[in-house]
Amino acid sequence: MPTFFEKRQLVTPGDLLAEGDYIAGENTYKENDKIYASRIGLVDYEDRKVNVVALRAFYIPRVGDTVIGTVVEVGFNGWTVDINSPYLALLRASDVLSRPFRPQKNDLSKVLDVGDLVIAKIIAYDRAHNPQLTVGEPGLGKITRGQVVKITPTKIPRVIGRKGSMISMIKQETGCHIILGHNGVILITGKRLEDEQLAMMAIHKIDEESHTSGLTDRVTQMIKNEKAKRKGGS
Amino acid sequence: MSQKVEKLIDKKGLRLDGRKPDELRPIKIEVGVLANADGSAYIQQGKNKILAAVYGPRELHPKHLALPDRTVLRCRYHMAPFSVQERKSPAPSRREIELSKVIREALEPSLFLEYYPRTAIDVFIEVLQADGGTRCASITAASLALADAGIPMRDLVVACAAGKVDDTIVLDLMDTEDKKGNADVPVALMPNLNAITLLQMDGNLSLEEFEKAVNLAIDGCKKIYAMQKEALRAKYVNIKEVEE
Repeated sequence: MPTFFEKRQLVTPGDLLAEGDYIAGENTYKENDKIYASRIGLVDYEDRKVNVVALRAFYIPRVGDTVIGTVVEVGFNGWTVDINSPYLALLRASDVLSRPFRPQKNDLSKVLDVGDLVIAKIIAYDRAHNPQLTVGEPGLGKITRGQVVKITPTKIPRVIGRKGSMISMIKQETGCHIILGHNGVILITGKRLEDEQLAMMAIHKIDEESHTSGLTDRVTQMIKNEKAKRKGGS
Repeated sequence: MSQKVEKLIDKKGLRLDGRKPDELRPIKIEVGVLANADGSAYIQQGKNKILAAVYGPRELHPKHLALPDRTVLRCRYHMAPFSVQERKSPAPSRREIELSKVIREALEPSLFLEYYPRTAIDVFIEVLQADGGTRCASITAASLALADAGIPMRDLVVACAAGKVDDTIVLDLMDTEDKKGNADVPVALMPNLNAITLLQMDGNLSLEEFEKAVNLAIDGCKKIYAMQKEALRAKYVNIKEVEE
């Protein structure tokens, strides 16, 4: 039962990854006992399972995910939210307004208007229906300040790092509060704009170089250099 | 074309542009050239210059076209008015509509369309300069653009044509050879699965000649496939090299 690539090697769609008694994991498929890649990414063999960590992908909703979205439409009894995915999400008015509401009386656009950003959680989704959101948990709801960064959704785990090492380092170094949406949208709120910009730079760097090793160290170095430069300049 | 004005193959057995019968035109491929598209690719094959852009999967409008069990793949092949000698009307011609369909059907088997029901994937192919064999180069570029958009696929699709010119079977016909030659056989292939997704023939060939042409086209496809993969990897490998 041979495998045809080394761990963390770059593969393209259609590459034969393994033959024989293997299980097709993420971004792979199995045909006649052969496992092929279905996306461009890095291979990972763990025991019997073959995975590809995709370098290019889009967000597919999953129940329980926290996402950051933009309101694109105000309806009669809820909002339509763009969550950076092939499917638009629905946020129901009864979920946002805890009191009973009447569509004739309450003006929903006063609560959330087109263009507003929300942090929400996916409570229901299947193939036949668009995902449904909730904001009824602490930490969720309308975003009032901060910077929003979009990255490839599959790279969110890389931004978190091993046991959260990367994200806690960025938080500590920049002093910003960072919320990661599973859909690849990241909210950064800091005391000063410069801090927020520094965190944004770090996240963009991770997005571009997610497939290289030793990234945490390089990002730390970059932040330190940038800080030193600013101190020298001012 | 009964009377031949000029010889398409000279005494040495070389073609009009100096290629051997089984030689491809020079090819240059680039991936991720457009910032606004979800995925894109650019190909130069001889004098052909083609851009392909992919959007999606995304919400399908108008909604009644959406399918409950799979993604709708939409394809538009379009030639720029300045892509040929005589100005081409920018409106889609009969030929362009047909090629859009043919290209769509060549790409469809490579994609897992059942993964994302009720959505659409849009493929736009813009021919900036044409010199024969644009449908093949378009398929090669469009497939790369789909991979660049992160759309799951069975394999990349490559296409290449073979044909008969001056009673010789040749690979990768250019415009004059296509128009003045005897036959043209475009083939699209998923090389790793060894599956043909497009096979057409324009002109007359005997059964043996046809078989020879198809095999020659498949060999050409495999050569282009190597370049296609290299182009896709290049986007990421370059960053790695800069860093280390």
